[in-house]
Amino acid sequence: MRMARVEAPSLRDSVANAVSPRFFWGRTASVCFTNLDHGTSLGGRLAELAGRSVLLATASQLTTALALIELDGCARRIVILPPDVDAANLGAVIATAEIDAVVVDDGSPQFPDFDLPVRVTCVSTVVPADANPPTGYHTEWLLMTSGTTGEPKLVVHDLANLTGAVRARSVADGAAVWGTFYDIRRYGGLQMYLRAVLGGASMVLSSAGEPISDHLERLARHGVTHLSGTPSHWRRALMDPAIRNIAPRYVRLSGEIADQPVLDRLRATFPQAAVGHAYASTEAGVAFDVNDGLAGFPAAFVGPVRDGVEMKVFADGSLRIRSPRAASRYAGTEHALADTDGFVDTGDIVERRGERYYFAGRKGGIINIGGLKVHPEEIEAVINQHPQVGMSRVRSKQNPITGAIAVADIVLKSEQDAASARQAMIKDDILKLCRETLPRHKVPAAINFVPALGIGAAGKLARRER
Amino acid sequence: MSVRLTILEQMEQVAREHGKILAPLKEELVLAECGLDSLGFAVLVARLEDTLGIDPFTAAEDAYFPVTLGEFVKVYENGAR
Repeated sequence: MRMARVEAPSLRDSVANAVSPRFFWGRTASVCFTNLDHGTSLGGRLAELAGRSVLLATASQLTTALALIELDGCARRIVILPPDVDAANLGAVIATAEIDAVVVDDGSPQFPDFDLPVRVTCVSTVVPADANPPTGYHTEWLLMTSGTTGEPKLVVHDLANLTGAVRARSVADGAAVWGTFYDIRRYGGLQMYLRAVLGGASMVLSSAGEPISDHLERLARHGVTHLSGTPSHWRRALMDPAIRNIAPRYVRLSGEIADQPVLDRLRATFPQAAVGHAYASTEAGVAFDVNDGLAGFPAAFVGPVRDGVEMKVFADGSLRIRSPRAASRYAGTEHALADTDGFVDTGDIVERRGERYYFAGRKGGIINIGGLKVHPEEIEAVINQHPQVGMSRVRSKQNPITGAIAVADIVLKSEQDAASARQAMIKDDILKLCRETLPRHKVPAAINFVPALGIGAAGKLARRER
Repeated sequence: MSVRLTILEQMEQVAREHGKILAPLKEELVLAECGLDSLGFAVLVARLEDTLGIDPFTAAEDAYFPVTLGEFVKVYENGAR
């Protein structure tokens, strides 16, 4: 079943209609992007990209942010290359998406695959453009899934369904400053980018490899008002003293399970802010927002069509979504994105307790302990309640008796706690908390204190490394 | 602490955490009757890997699991050497 698409405002219009100058603030450079009205960051070569399938392969998010505004409505397709893509997959991506042009910047790698009919360099400045840009194309936006195995899938969106959950421009044009811990080349970050551009805001861009304290200092300097990230991003930020320098009025979590401890810690850290968590995926789009400060979502969300989105829970507990904001298809494959009724399988398992559904974990992430199944996320949610715990990861460990067993890697909030004398005490305390809260098989068999836990390029806790 | 003492101490610890009562820990005690269930043993093996640095069962080619406590201790003593 196909659903009617809503008309989206164009990025270019939002720039043309700006009443005050707005900025993209990067780590090393910043640009007043509203100058793109009668300006260009593509050396005035936009006409050469008209009607083409364009690979956006810029190294910096600043040039990505600028190029998107110029390309939307001009290119036939924009294929957004995430920063961590495996070069071995490039050829397949280029063939699948019929790419015949590439936009790079001075930091882009020199892959032979970029040897395409048209190659345009995007710079992080805007200069006046002479000609009116060619527009009128209904541009397809192709995003790559963040799956960690196999070849990435190309998910086909357009601006209308990407922005289906974005409310119309706020009246306070120019007053809002969006920030995100995400990379804008992934679905979660792109949502924030589109909200900023279409919502009349400026934006502070993240930068891979930048220390979290430096990023927080930049967010503080530019007076961030709206800030988003995954729960893992937030847990890491909450452990940094520089968190005290920002005072956003809206705080948003998405991309992973927002457990009650992280919501409570955000509420306590930013008493003035609205704290919301959203559920979205690259394929299914933004499904819903939860703004009552509680983990999970009301059971009433499942069943009826709300805001155009319909959700159901299958017998295996998986959440299925039918939505006008879902991607239309995967490019270059017959593999269906949705079932015959138009529902996308999110792969996320939910459990109903009373009048609320809670996220249990990923369908593929279950640990099988002698036949008893455990989602690592539900153990992490308990461990994260402990006041000394900054973040945690539960993983499966091979075991000769039960096949597998759950063990926990934990980052403590303060370095004093990480000193060995206190470790044993805290470890006992965490195990006691787990024993009081969880069935016996879900209590971690071992706890390791680690200095840090990896967060992948998509902002999610890295679950595969040891 | 000796390998044997470490094992006995961890067995008591796991039993306490799992609310189990251990039989007297003698050499010839049959493990299946010691009071720990399979989950208890799974946790014990994981803990011993932490404290002794080895899991002699998962590392072994053949999936032999000892019958008595004495044999269990010996597997670790051999592995620790």
